[in-house]
Amino acid sequence: MGEVLNFRYTIDGDDFTRAGEASSSVKNKLKQLGLDSDVIRKVSIAMYEGEINMVIHADGGNITVSVTDSDITMVLSDTGPGIPDVEKAMQEGYSTARAEVRSLGFGAGMGLPNMKKYTDEMHIDTTIGKGTTITMKVHI
Amino acid sequence: MTIREMQKVLDARFLYGEEMADLEAQFVFSSDMMSDVLAYGGKCSVLITGLCNPQVVRTAEMLDIICIIFVRGKMPDDNMLRLAMAKGIAVLATGHYMFTTCGMLYEHGLRGGA
Repeated sequence: MGEVLNFRYTIDGDDFTRAGEASSSVKNKLKQLGLDSDVIRKVSIAMYEGEINMVIHADGGNITVSVTDSDITMVLSDTGPGIPDVEKAMQEGYSTARAEVRSLGFGAGMGLPNMKKYTDEMHIDTTIGKGTTITMKVHI
Repeated sequence: MTIREMQKVLDARFLYGEEMADLEAQFVFSSDMMSDVLAYGGKCSVLITGLCNPQVVRTAEMLDIICIIFVRGKMPDDNMLRLAMAKGIAVLATGHYMFTTCGMLYEHGLRGGA
């Protein structure tokens, strides 16, 4: 490829039924690029969890995906409430999601742990009251 | 086990994807929590669930699942079926409960992913 491809998405915070469209679009684009199916699956799952989190917790946000010869980087930024205790949030099963979110099949406290599990690098930058930016990288 | 064989064993209805009936599956994941499906279902190509919303289809899409089986008589709406069609995922519906559905498929050789 030799160049950087960038994809940008704005995530709507009000519409749970549409959550995942950006991840689906990225999955299709990576397939078109002919990347390894395991890499595509890792990126898709990590981004999808992040996208769902944005809708559940932060009223939406923005996602940028960059593809180079060596890796895929996802940057998810929101202006939501921030994560008060990142260490706790990274524990499997810890969730602050509302009951209605759980009834939709999410909020099991697996989102952030899943994002870490499926990516090679993950960094969380969060400020209470200002928002969260999560950067994830998957090596190709 | 093929999707057609699963459909027969479960006395299920094909809601979409009859043309995929001959596809084979070996591993199955069952849950109503989509986060758990994403966490542990990576090896599986069939999803059994009683949850009925578009995120079920999205979750299946991310994991390259070939067939979703809705249990307890749950019926996906037109939007969900359209999404499944767009993603090429077969959809079955059965009146059996989740435990029974899993047991019947296990008896016929299907296994969990772990």
